[in-house]
Amino acid sequence: MTEPASTLVSLQGIAKVFANGVAALSGFDLDIRAGEFVSLLGPSGCGKSTALRLIAGLTEPTQGRVVWPGSHAADHRGEIGFVFQDPTLMPWANVADNVWLPLRLRGVSRRDARTSIAESLALVGLSEFAKAYPRELSGGMRMRVSIARALSVRPRLLLMDEPFAALDEIARFRLNDDLLRLQRNLRCTIVFVTHSVYESAYLSSRVAIMSPRPGRIVAEVAGETTEERSADFRTSPRYAALCGRISQILLEQTEGRG
Amino acid sequence: MTLSPVDTLRDRRSLLRILLPLAVFVAVLAAWEGFVRLRGIPSYILPAPSLIGATMVADWPLLSASLLTTLKTTLTGLVLAIVGGVGLAVLLSLSKVIEYSLYPIAVVLQVTPVIAIAPLLLIYMPQDVAVLTCAWLVAFFPVLSNTMLGLQSVDRNLMELFRLYGAPASQSASARFTARLKALWYLRRPAALPAFLAGLRIAGGLSLIGAVVAEMAAGSAGAGSGLAYRIIESQYRLNIPRLFAALVLLAATGIGLYLLLAALNHVLLRRWHESALAPES
Repeated sequence: MTEPASTLVSLQGIAKVFANGVAALSGFDLDIRAGEFVSLLGPSGCGKSTALRLIAGLTEPTQGRVVWPGSHAADHRGEIGFVFQDPTLMPWANVADNVWLPLRLRGVSRRDARTSIAESLALVGLSEFAKAYPRELSGGMRMRVSIARALSVRPRLLLMDEPFAALDEIARFRLNDDLLRLQRNLRCTIVFVTHSVYESAYLSSRVAIMSPRPGRIVAEVAGETTEERSADFRTSPRYAALCGRISQILLEQTEGRG
Repeated sequence: MTLSPVDTLRDRRSLLRILLPLAVFVAVLAAWEGFVRLRGIPSYILPAPSLIGATMVADWPLLSASLLTTLKTTLTGLVLAIVGGVGLAVLLSLSKVIEYSLYPIAVVLQVTPVIAIAPLLLIYMPQDVAVLTCAWLVAFFPVLSNTMLGLQSVDRNLMELFRLYGAPASQSASARFTARLKALWYLRRPAALPAFLAGLRIAGGLSLIGAVVAEMAAGSAGAGSGLAYRIIESQYRLNIPRLFAALVLLAATGIGLYLLLAALNHVLLRRWHESALAPES
């Protein structure tokens, strides 16, 4: 019997109310275990991105706490990579310099970061575009650069905020598979915000479904294990059943409020 | 190597952009010359372009010295405006207290017409310093306001990335200050560059206007040696061809300054900023 994975980060009794009085989260509890691929799924405005920013330490909870237990407590910020919905690249810097940014901010020189930059670009298949500027790349390639930048710090936890929402279906499918391959190779934990039932069902080892605002976790659905993904999976009855189950819960939540 | 049809079209368009205004300019000069000659208009009323050209050559020692004076004032005023405007913009962007304290004063200086301030400056300062101050005053604000706008218009998500990856190691004031300096250098500085350069192009023209206005104010007080002073002097002496020649030199200075700053804009932004990219065919 395999030992259960240790908790990497735990969000306990979180409430978040913004300065304008909008309550984004209330009674939000979620444990992220090492090696998981957790999708946060919910209707627009339910606080998915807020939960992600809380984990990253980019905002503070109004109530509750974000706990990094055990060995992850010290300097957990150094272990996080973040990918936004937009690629958020510096237009004045070429691809290599964009990927260098997190390391540069931590005082790593260009020479010392060279290997890490090259490896990160190789992981996303952009080795030949190191000298290109963001405007010279397609939307999908820009997102790959954004992912490479997050990977440059070799994160234990990768936080992704609807990263493929603006891409066409083909680019999205390709990046979905690339992401699963990356997780297998790097053995990192991923928390992935999406409002796509199909994407969450395809990618996740666990789908955490949120209620409408103020958001909280109302159900968790176990996904398929990472090793079982293939192009055939998208057309399999198992995938259809999984999507159906997740959709049903999401619908009940939305209509329950409506 | 043969040119593609797209390249040929682009070359033809570039050529047209130069030739068309040049042709219009030559036509206007020819019409002017013909009008003056045919109607026999005296040169103290309206000199022909050929006479203006001849005066330019004949009076070149005098006019070139005046040009140098005006140019020196304009460029020094512009450099001081860049140093002061960028320096203050950085200070204002680092602290809201400084912004609230100093920005209104900068606005007051901007909205008060320089022509009204010039006589006062000439009373309180040596003439060359007063003229330089006028050039600086009018050029300073576009640099300040545009640089501030640029420094404050940074992508919010990029700022979040800086907070995540560049978070200070401790919460000490010096660590936080270092983190802010990093964000300023790596993020705000390049992000502000397009707005700063736009401000610089405005400031270049305004610096020349400031210098001319101050020289005129100084000239009417009976002293000075810049091109504006030559214009006033020529007007008093009814030497209208020299007045026109000085005016041509002033216009050429303005055009030269504009082209120089436009070229700088192109060199610094051509790889990444929309404003400097070649149109896609």
